[in-house]
Amino acid sequence: MFRTFGFEEFWFILLALRWTIALTAIAFAGGMVGGLVVALARTSALPMLRYPAVALIRVFQGTPLLMQLFLVFFGLNLFGFKIDPWFAAAAAFTLHASAFLGEIWRGCIEAVPRGQFEASWALGLGYKDRNVSVILPQAARIAVAPTVGFLVQLLKGTSLASIIGFIEITRAGQVVNNMTFQPMVVFSVVAAMYFALCWPLSLFAKRMERQFSKALAR
Amino acid sequence: MTADPIVRMVNVEKWFGEFQALRNISLDVHKGEKIVLCGPSGSGKSTLIRCINQLEKIEQGKIRVNGIELTEGKQNVETIRQEVGMVFQQFNLFPHLTVLENCMLAPTKVRKASKADAAATAMRFLERVKIPEQAEKYPAQLSGGQQQRVAIARALCMSPKIMLFDEPTSALDPEMVNEVLDTMTDLAQEGMTMVVVTHEMGFARKVADRVIFMDRGEIVETADPETFFTSPQQERTKTFLGQVMH
Repeated sequence: MFRTFGFEEFWFILLALRWTIALTAIAFAGGMVGGLVVALARTSALPMLRYPAVALIRVFQGTPLLMQLFLVFFGLNLFGFKIDPWFAAAAAFTLHASAFLGEIWRGCIEAVPRGQFEASWALGLGYKDRNVSVILPQAARIAVAPTVGFLVQLLKGTSLASIIGFIEITRAGQVVNNMTFQPMVVFSVVAAMYFALCWPLSLFAKRMERQFSKALAR
Repeated sequence: MTADPIVRMVNVEKWFGEFQALRNISLDVHKGEKIVLCGPSGSGKSTLIRCINQLEKIEQGKIRVNGIELTEGKQNVETIRQEVGMVFQQFNLFPHLTVLENCMLAPTKVRKASKADAAATAMRFLERVKIPEQAEKYPAQLSGGQQQRVAIARALCMSPKIMLFDEPTSALDPEMVNEVLDTMTDLAQEGMTMVVVTHEMGFARKVADRVIFMDRGEIVETADPETFFTSPQQERTKTFLGQVMH
């Protein structure tokens, strides 16, 4: 009673692609907001802001993404939330992205030359104006390439959400494989879809990197 | 209160870890006065002026600027910084902003000036440093000398009570040193209060009211330029002058 892999099966996986993209988009958007907060806290002069940011980054860097996913998934249940793969995956990946983008952007903020900070202090610019008008625009230029690089990691990482029952393309591939028993075909298709998304992003990141090093050389 | 000095430093001490950068520094800078600080590298002269707007924090002593105590109070520090213009060795222009935007940023954000007013002020000062035609360019498109003149204009746009210059010509190619020194001389003649760290002894002789020689974090000798260059009192000053004057 096995089916053969045909258009219908392909279509089933392709439809699941939107959930891969949606989960990535939510996590990335949330991670941009969270990451900015983490990066600013991490570079703050105040220890009470800096230390929690350091702790958060260390925890997320030092544990596997899958464990983070499990802990949020089961942890939410513990606190009385209904087990919902969508919500758990979105929350876990957002936290994960916040910590990693926070650390990436910390590096970018610290890469802005010291003289830029000193010039803004000397002009009497306050915290907000200094960051909005001087430091962050310069850090953002440095940040584009590594940020897109992280987006690629994040997109591939969403495949782990299949383990908690979130139906994205990896999970869809498993479902199709259970019906067809053609793992090489099925998972090649799934891998090709990841590749089709990630490769252009990687190219974009490479191009931004080259542009940035050119701008520096000027 | 009118006789109050613009800057009063009393018994200031500053350490970088184990290294004492400033030893018992007391210095008054009066309105309209031009002071040149000189001394061998590592003598603490840059550190001294960087303490005046708290780019460096001091460990001991007192600094008053424009009648305001430069204490730990963050508010005081920001208020003082608005009144103190600073020009750096490396210019430190904002590379992502045009020359005009560099000059307008602090007046619009800190003084809440309107865009039109800030632009008018900026153009006035860019004309004063003789580069109004570069207003729409980015810093990277200018020569070092031009960048430093923009940096001077940028500081002047905040109408500071005092201007600090931290080796403003040390990073410049030789042929550009004079355009910057000329700008500073003009500024001095217009009555600006200035503290200048420099190795340009010709500038010191021509412009300074007082020349201060520092060595190992101490003020060794203070004199008017004439006395300083023709009959220095201290051995260390004589040695230093012997090395820099040729």
